[in-house]
Amino acid sequence: MNLFILVWNYLKARPLNTAINILLLSLGIGVITILLLFNKQLEQKITQNAKGIDLVVGAKGSPLQLILCNIFHVDFPTGNIKLAEAEKISRNRLVKKAIPLALGDSYSTYRIIGTNRDYAALYKGELSSGDWWNKNLEVTVGAKVAELTGLKIGDQFASAHGLTEGGHSHNEHQYVVKGILKYTNSVLDNVILTNVESVWEMHHEEGEEHDDHHSRIDSSFIPSPLIPSVAKGDSTKEITSMLIQYRSPLGAIQLPRMVNSQSSLQAASPAFETARLFSILGVGVDILMAFAYVLIVISGLSIFIALYNSLKERRYDMAIMRSMGATRSKLFISILLEGGILTLLGCMIGLLMGHSVLMLLSGMVEETQKAGISGLVFYTQEWIILGGSLVLGLLCAIIPAIQAYRTDISKVLAGN
Amino acid sequence: MIAVTDLSFAYTPTTQIGFPDFSLTQGEHGLLLGESGSGKTTLLHVIGGLLRNYSGSVKIDERELGTFSDSSLDQFRGQRIGFIFQRNHLISALNVEQNIVMSPYLAGLKIDPERMDHVLSSLGLSEKRKSKVTQLSQGQAQRVAIARAVLNKPSIILADEPTSALDDKNCDRVIQLLMEVAGQNQSTLVVATHDQRLKDKISKQIAIR
Repeated sequence: MNLFILVWNYLKARPLNTAINILLLSLGIGVITILLLFNKQLEQKITQNAKGIDLVVGAKGSPLQLILCNIFHVDFPTGNIKLAEAEKISRNRLVKKAIPLALGDSYSTYRIIGTNRDYAALYKGELSSGDWWNKNLEVTVGAKVAELTGLKIGDQFASAHGLTEGGHSHNEHQYVVKGILKYTNSVLDNVILTNVESVWEMHHEEGEEHDDHHSRIDSSFIPSPLIPSVAKGDSTKEITSMLIQYRSPLGAIQLPRMVNSQSSLQAASPAFETARLFSILGVGVDILMAFAYVLIVISGLSIFIALYNSLKERRYDMAIMRSMGATRSKLFISILLEGGILTLLGCMIGLLMGHSVLMLLSGMVEETQKAGISGLVFYTQEWIILGGSLVLGLLCAIIPAIQAYRTDISKVLAGN
Repeated sequence: MIAVTDLSFAYTPTTQIGFPDFSLTQGEHGLLLGESGSGKTTLLHVIGGLLRNYSGSVKIDERELGTFSDSSLDQFRGQRIGFIFQRNHLISALNVEQNIVMSPYLAGLKIDPERMDHVLSSLGLSEKRKSKVTQLSQGQAQRVAIARAVLNKPSIILADEPTSALDDKNCDRVIQLLMEVAGQNQSTLVVATHDQRLKDKISKQIAIR
């Protein structure tokens, strides 16, 4: 026999009451846990994916769309920009590195990106097998793409237009898989990489003749700094966007203004746009958070009421225990323990619920899986939640506990 | 064993009640006789250390109860005194065994399984060890309460109206049982009652009025 067994039996003696108190608290804690895990991971992923990219230059449109499309690959391109114009910006002395992106196609919802090796280097991409793409129509696929689509080295596939499954497919050209990347835990896992020329070839319309070979033989051929197979200043070629790294912090002040002043181009800062995205999402998160806190406050009240009421029923129990030698502080502690056990249980079940909901979600919803959100990540904040719940339990129990402490044994025993 | 001299107790500053002097030796039984409201329960509670701030003297084993600190009085009560009430006041959240085990646990004593077996079987409760107390008959519940009171081999057993709600047959049985368990442990049994049927069971009688 000890206080824990005693308190546990009291809780067991009122199963419905105990269950509803635990359930209420665990729902509140569960919602908070989901929000915590989701928000934290999303934030981490976003900063991770935008790392090393100071500015995205693309066609005019929504700056948020430009970021979502070109960094996270979850939205459609805003349009194309002239390669020649992109080159001009890339030659600016404030630009350290400029990476061209040509988007447009996908393979079973995984985006095909025409770019160069610098793009993979941004995310420290390494080959797990095979080789990097080299010639036109060769691709190197991200680790998750390979895992989920089953693409192997040597496989051929036709891309589809757009980002959704069932778009117009380019059957006449087949891509061939040359290599597979290692997991980087970034957006690189979810994309298929090829060179810019392949994307052009896919969308090469009949009757539209580009004389690449001719210019190649030309003795005055100066390769474009972005795409070496094309002549510098080529006026016909287009790309979707360009990812820019600044040489100095001064770039942040001058470059966006310079780009935006050109009529056809737009520059968007990933840091700024993701902050904006979070402030938009934040409203929804705040409402859910408030809901969770309301649940927790209600559960706290409910625990208080349950303890308070049960104390009335237990006045004789208390008095009898005192007559058997229990000290006042023992009864005080037993009531505190009861509140603490209730909230600790509720909190642990809530944390468990939060994690399992996210696990289910990442198992069932492809988008969460693509975003790399998992239920098996634990944060130190969860200890704070646990500690907070314990404090809540003790707070709810303190008034009933003081009452138990003050029980006048003689009066209770004589007053039957 | 128990020595009461010059004892009075004030419920409020104006209502005070005085008690006759008496003493009981180890193993001697005493009957506190009086009408309802005469203060027998108050006297019992003072002797049992449930009520403090009395004037006069109550000594148990030559120790004045008023000199104990709160927590040492709690411990003393748990180890040396067993209580039996008119209503059994079993803890309904616990089973029979757990109810009885509370007694040594709260008194800060070691739980002795052999003693436990002995007490349970001598009161015919062995079969009911794991039963819920809500499923017990009135008689069984009373025996559980007695088992709880005597498990620690208290030197004093204080019983408050243990028989007044019972018919003649059960009254007889309960007082026999109490005297028997008190005898087994050489305990002093003090019964507070207005039940005249007990008059010829216990010879030492203290009248309260």
